[in-house]
Amino acid sequence: MLDIIVIALMVTGLFFFFGTTIGLHRFPDFYTRMHAAGKGDTLSSILLLSGLALYNLHHLSPDTVQVSLKIMFICVVIFITSPTATHAIMDAGYESKVKYWTRRKDSSAPQSSIEPGKGEDT
Amino acid sequence: MPSVFTNSNMESFFIYIGIGLLLLMFIPLYRVVQGPTVISRILGVNVIGTKTTILVIIIGTIYTKVEMFVDIAITYALLNFITSLAAARFFQKNKQMCPDTQEESKGEDAC
Amino acid sequence: MNLVINFILLFTTWLLFSGKFDLFHLALGGVSCFIVALFSTELLFENRQKGIAARLGEAGRFIFFSGWLLYQIVLANFHVIKLALSPRSLERDLDPHIFTFKTSLKTTFAKFVLANSITLTPGTVTIRIHGDIFHIHAISQKAMGDLANDEQMSEMEKRVAWVFEGGRR
Repeated sequence: MLDIIVIALMVTGLFFFFGTTIGLHRFPDFYTRMHAAGKGDTLSSILLLSGLALYNLHHLSPDTVQVSLKIMFICVVIFITSPTATHAIMDAGYESKVKYWTRRKDSSAPQSSIEPGKGEDT
Repeated sequence: MPSVFTNSNMESFFIYIGIGLLLLMFIPLYRVVQGPTVISRILGVNVIGTKTTILVIIIGTIYTKVEMFVDIAITYALLNFITSLAAARFFQKNKQMCPDTQEESKGEDAC
Repeated sequence: MNLVINFILLFTTWLLFSGKFDLFHLALGGVSCFIVALFSTELLFENRQKGIAARLGEAGRFIFFSGWLLYQIVLANFHVIKLALSPRSLERDLDPHIFTFKTSLKTTFAKFVLANSITLTPGTVTIRIHGDIFHIHAISQKAMGDLANDEQMSEMEKRVAWVFEGGRR
């Protein structure tokens, strides 16, 4: 029974990672690739790690519970840091005016009301 | 390898998951090698690093030594975050590293 | 007071990571946690006036909120996978925009949580927080939703405000 849940979690995680990487490959510019990376990375990591943590509870003892808690700690760390890293990388790209892909042909550089490079508050 | 698994089916399942993860990691690697901008390369490295954390734990599960590998995985997760943060900040500071070429090509951000 | 809370948090983490309960390791952990707590209490708590009950309520509401967030992440992933795997989607559905909106959240931590939540919901990614102004990259016009509206708070912002400002809104 436990094995079935583990298999389901990990196969779903692998599927989401597959979708993410295909998105990473196909999307036209840096900003849209960031969408795929920031979201898919978080969910697929959480699913795969939960599967592994659950599998560790096969032999129930204080040691395995501790290992499972540590794996869940990695889950929490990834849940917090992955969007933050996405944000940092994206901010760097935005600041250095990486071109972004739009339907409208006239705009080739990011326009915004605030001039990039005046400092930020993160 | 002495196996303490309740069934060896699960062991081969983890091996297949690991191989699948490894094969899928080649697509971000392509982004790292080929990627049109420096920032896309940093992004690819970040994705590969996150998945390496999981691969480390899968390897630990296969060798039935998770309690040893999980500490390495925690360190790797934290280091990966700091690496991408530092790389992004370095890129931000050195914008001349990336000359703003204005060649018009739909779908590719030239840099 | 804050020092004690910080010490308890750090010492729980120590117990989780070491897994050894003999006197030597406990004493080692106590000493090092105390030294780290001395240095890091200044960094951890932004608002010193808040009582312990308010903090616990905040934590409880935050856990409830992350359940909702998890559901949104699943939706976001299906959205990304649909875009990535359908062969004509790039020509049809992709229409990126960068827009800004102004938030009314006060604390830095609430802004951080709002930014991360926006990143994890379908179709939008936070680029930058500049004071009160959020720069958002949306993958299509539809994905912008109610975030672009400056006059009234979006769904997401209401929920974050509910977590951090005690359910007044």
